[in-house]
Amino acid sequence: MSIDIRRKGGVGESVRRVDGVPKVRGEFEYASDLRRDGMLHGATLRSPHPHARIVSIDIAAAIAAPGVRAVLTHADVPGKKTFGLDVQDQPVLAIDVVRYAGEPVAIVAAEDPELARAALKQIDVNYEVLTPVTDMERALEPNSPSVHPQGNIVRTLQVVHGDPNASADVWVEGSYETGMQDQAPLGPEAGLAVPAADGGVELFIATQWLHADLEQLAPCLGLPAEKVRLHLSGVGGAFGAREDVSMQIHACLLALRTGRPVKMSYGRQESFYGHVHRHPSRVWMRHGARRDGTLVNVQARLLVDGGAYTSTSPAVIGNATTFAAGPYEVANARLEGTAVFTNNPPCGAMRGFGAVQACFAYEAQMDKLAMALGLDPLELRLKNAVKTGSVLPTGQPIIGAAPVRECLLRLQDLPLPAEEPPLDRDPMLLPGGAGNVGHGEALKRGVGVAVGYKNLAYSEGFDDSSEAWVRVSVDREGPMAEVKTAAVDVGQGIDTIVAQIVRTELGIDRVLIRQPDTSIGSAGSSSASRQTMMTGGAVQLACQAVRAEIDAQGGMPELRRPVEATRVFHHRPTGKLDANGQGDPHVSFAFGAARAVVEVDTDLGLVRVVQLAVAQDVGRALNPQSVMGQIEGGSAQGLGLALMEEVALVDGQVKNASFTDYLLPTILDMPPVVCELVEEPEPGLPYGAKGVGEPSTVVVPAAVVAALRHATGRELRRAPVKPDDLVGL
Amino acid sequence: MDVFLPRSLEEALAMKAERPEAVPLAGGTDLMVELNFGRLRPPAIIDLTRAAELATHRQEDGHVFLGAGVTYAAIVNELPGFKPLVQASRSVGSPQIRHRGTVGGNLGTASPAGDALPVLAAYDAEVVLRSQARGERSMPWHAFLMGPKKTAIAPDELIVGARWARIRGPGSFSKIGTRNAMVIAVAGLCLVIDEDHRRVNVALGSVGPTIIRATPAEEQISSAMASSGAWQDPSTAVSEQVIDEFAELVASAARPLDDVRGTAAYRRHGCRVLARRSLAWALSERRLPTWL
Repeated sequence: MSIDIRRKGGVGESVRRVDGVPKVRGEFEYASDLRRDGMLHGATLRSPHPHARIVSIDIAAAIAAPGVRAVLTHADVPGKKTFGLDVQDQPVLAIDVVRYAGEPVAIVAAEDPELARAALKQIDVNYEVLTPVTDMERALEPNSPSVHPQGNIVRTLQVVHGDPNASADVWVEGSYETGMQDQAPLGPEAGLAVPAADGGVELFIATQWLHADLEQLAPCLGLPAEKVRLHLSGVGGAFGAREDVSMQIHACLLALRTGRPVKMSYGRQESFYGHVHRHPSRVWMRHGARRDGTLVNVQARLLVDGGAYTSTSPAVIGNATTFAAGPYEVANARLEGTAVFTNNPPCGAMRGFGAVQACFAYEAQMDKLAMALGLDPLELRLKNAVKTGSVLPTGQPIIGAAPVRECLLRLQDLPLPAEEPPLDRDPMLLPGGAGNVGHGEALKRGVGVAVGYKNLAYSEGFDDSSEAWVRVSVDREGPMAEVKTAAVDVGQGIDTIVAQIVRTELGIDRVLIRQPDTSIGSAGSSSASRQTMMTGGAVQLACQAVRAEIDAQGGMPELRRPVEATRVFHHRPTGKLDANGQGDPHVSFAFGAARAVVEVDTDLGLVRVVQLAVAQDVGRALNPQSVMGQIEGGSAQGLGLALMEEVALVDGQVKNASFTDYLLPTILDMPPVVCELVEEPEPGLPYGAKGVGEPSTVVVPAAVVAALRHATGRELRRAPVKPDDLVGL
Repeated sequence: MDVFLPRSLEEALAMKAERPEAVPLAGGTDLMVELNFGRLRPPAIIDLTRAAELATHRQEDGHVFLGAGVTYAAIVNELPGFKPLVQASRSVGSPQIRHRGTVGGNLGTASPAGDALPVLAAYDAEVVLRSQARGERSMPWHAFLMGPKKTAIAPDELIVGARWARIRGPGSFSKIGTRNAMVIAVAGLCLVIDEDHRRVNVALGSVGPTIIRATPAEEQISSAMASSGAWQDPSTAVSEQVIDEFAELVASAARPLDDVRGTAAYRRHGCRVLARRSLAWALSERRLPTWL
């Protein structure tokens, strides 16, 4: 599928999304809609135990079951038996041991999905149950069972800045926790693998990063990279859930074994087991300040639960730790972070990527500090906020835009929403909503503010470049530009932005965006708020090269043959941290501030968020409507973490793997978002645009819980906040 | 799996007589979830959506009959005079679910979290059942709902609907959940004042194995109102102490458990708060009888 865009509109305009109309009309093809004549359906047998030894697997009955064409275990993986984004420690199919409940053990291909699922029940796995470690602190104890032979530590790091023993006039201390959040993309994992005539395989897949999938697939399949060709299918949201491989290798294995196309499409329940989640965190912090409010020392210890395999835990704890002091100037700090293995489901990327957990803690601390000092919380933040030139605890100076004060001042200028008398309202607009639990009894309002920041693109020495190809030709309708990249539009709108950039650079209205695949170089992941700056940058460079060639040929009207160019965009190099956490780890930063206004039914502990206001440092808004969409969506995900979203785990078992019990905010929970776009162009990035997908998710949980503390006077150390916490049970 | 598509209740009853193991399907909002999760694989399904008789409701001789196939959306739109029932129906799921889900489904599934059930219990409703062999019979709601997901229906019977004597007096339904819409009840409460019999009926959902009537609380408040003269004169104040005692008795009638949706302590607490509030609303409505 290619998208032909004929509308006008360059950068800076709220151009309509290129995929908007097909999505609204139900005509957009998502990966779960894929089909081929003669295709088989794959299904996955998963471990019921969080930790067990596999004594034996008997597939004889399953192989003989009606309609079954293949049953595979780890013995059938022809190449490398493990995969992983950073460390390849996750078995394609469990080998001898299972390390989390839900781990794939065997896969089946059958003539229809029902037969495939039925055959799973015919596989006889004999497990010897082992003691699991399901608590992240317990995992650190010397007598804890080991999840992996090397022990339970994924990564531990420290950032030592100035004199960590520096004294202060006033100290505040606190412990904070966040739960395991699910990305809950509306489209569960799905893809279609088609065996190719050359012995290779074509995989049509909803992913965030085609080339990272390819790098992991080819070795496991025992095929050279050129025989594994990935094509992007329609992606129904991602939020980090599609960074790690899910069914990609399984579908390819089954297709190569059977010689037939194989589709795998998870349902919602399986999706909860099929992707990584946001790391639960436990954070301790101690903040010291002078009487005048100057922050002088931040001590932090952060622990996150990485679950059973490495995934992106090293980078997540790297972020959480380097950001632990917040967007504040502080001369002295000791920040220590550890990610551990447990027998819980693996955790990895999710919108905000370590910055969320840190912000929840440091912003609670800033409110505590303001109270201890008798200062207004906003004033305390304004006094200590970083700016361009400030040096972060890693020793890294901020060389780009850092309008933290501007974000806070914009919030300060926004009037608070008027208080509506409860009895004058639609009862739906009270805490409890459609439940009709109150008419305004015990209603208290609270206001909370939080500010935070997040790195853009990959950090600590990673060169996540992006490649783009642009071709200009002229036909009877006039000039046309074609663009190809491997950038994945997960719903965030990169296809639309690419079209806007092409129109701006080339002045050509007609832009054809080719479907991404692995025949072009990597675009890097559609994550880390990076695709507009990286792929946008590559498209801009390729357009400029094409433009120069067209000019050399005497301009567009004279163009006799198509002109094309391929260019790669690299962000500035970053470096690794030394033993004291010093270095130049991050490319660039986006800052944001949120204000939440809540109402709490203090008898029942139920909440209505009245308004969220987000002032975000966006560099330059290339498509203001899209930017606001990102801010609204990111805010909703942050509100979810603050109030209701948590994968409930008991002894390593997920207790709420469905949307009946994993609650996401509805339209009655999610208020209007007032978006303030703070535009200070970032040097070195295309058009000065910063990534915009994550800052609202970073700051909104902290702001909502701050507002709840204000309304109830309770400490509320943990998100999501439960009614019990608000009532004090 | 066989799927039967009867065009009338009579046909459906004949099919059920012939295939008593067949599971009836109305809106499918419970059954299809069970099928999707692979928890249920019935040998046959009888789709009742074409049996028009089931989707009717009527009032006669001071009684109300609500067909098993009436959807929650239909209740919200067509039965505004039954406020607690409308409030319960509006609290069910999403608009899509309310357009499919039926009261018969709530009765058949017999989950303590069925939103319409506390209302039927507070109305003292009876459940109307029918079979081809024995015709119609009815039984009180508490005899029908035997336990969690367990009813007194015979294998060859279908639920035809619910019937109750119309109650004159104010009342309400409330449901606590941890989000503001589309949520399974953590606790539900229906309170109805029966002016003619001078009784207050209170039923609780989601706080025990089945729907619970808070009988000691009902007796306490009914007799307190009798001794204070509040039944004759709605303007007579009911003391805070009486209301507190009532709320406490309601809370102690609950038999809640801890689960992924909420703690037992919070559920009991929620019953206490809802009891106090719903009684206060009803008493103030008696002074200004909009229900007339």
